[in-house]
Amino acid sequence: MIDRSYIGRKSEPLTVAVEPFQLRLFAKAIGETNPVYLEVEAAKAAGYRNMLAPPTFANALSLSQPDPFGQWPAMGIELAKVLHGEQKFEYFALICAGDTITLHDEITDIYDKKDGAMEFVISETTVTNQNGELVGKMTSMLVQRH
Amino acid sequence: MSNVSFDSLSVGDEIPAVNKPAISRHTLALYCGGSGDHNPIHVDRDFAKAAGIPDVLAHGMLGMAYLGQALTGWLPQSALRAYGVRFASITWVGNEISCTGTVTEKFEEEGEKRVRLEVKAADQEGDVKLIGEAVVALD
Repeated sequence: MIDRSYIGRKSEPLTVAVEPFQLRLFAKAIGETNPVYLEVEAAKAAGYRNMLAPPTFANALSLSQPDPFGQWPAMGIELAKVLHGEQKFEYFALICAGDTITLHDEITDIYDKKDGAMEFVISETTVTNQNGELVGKMTSMLVQRH
Repeated sequence: MSNVSFDSLSVGDEIPAVNKPAISRHTLALYCGGSGDHNPIHVDRDFAKAAGIPDVLAHGMLGMAYLGQALTGWLPQSALRAYGVRFASITWVGNEISCTGTVTEKFEEEGEKRVRLEVKAADQEGDVKLIGEAVVALD
């Protein structure tokens, strides 16, 4: 069973550079060919500061740390049993290459259904840039099936 | 950049679909590296079998990135205000994902003209993998 004492737990803020290398690898993986996601010049010609990060990229930034699932075993989450149930993004500003993004993550709820056969973990993350501007929010729901 | 205007859209309109080729193991390896999600269940069939499933499964967020391309292929990304999905079923290696979106509401919020869409990603059998909604702002 997932440890309910993690409800309300806030992670240490994570500060990550938005690297062109990672943006290009991400774009290649998802088959993105629009040059605003791949080339600085094309992005600038389209009016962006630099290569644009796709709409779900903040999730990748949140995993850009040495051991993103490191606290899962202590919580009772198993890599082989957990699935992503839901994911939401709100957008207030764009993220571009060269930005430095800070993520604040909080586990806001843990609950179960079907007498514990399915457990749910809700996390909320705020995303701010190097100017202290709130650029987005993410909410994720993980599901662990027993 | 875009010819799409608030007035030109009606509830029920569909945005251009995005059809992806079959998800290969190579794609999953690239997404593993690009996304930072190194869970072996997505790239290591031995790990998947030991976990009791027949083969590797795709990252849910790969499907969400695909579905996002239906939105950003239609409008500049700066128009996007919100985007959320439920992962309705597992996407497997080999699935061919098609992404669609339908206008469900036109409204004004925070001084902007906005449009809500239902967005959906399904495989070659029509099995829905992701379903959710997006909100975009338009002139």
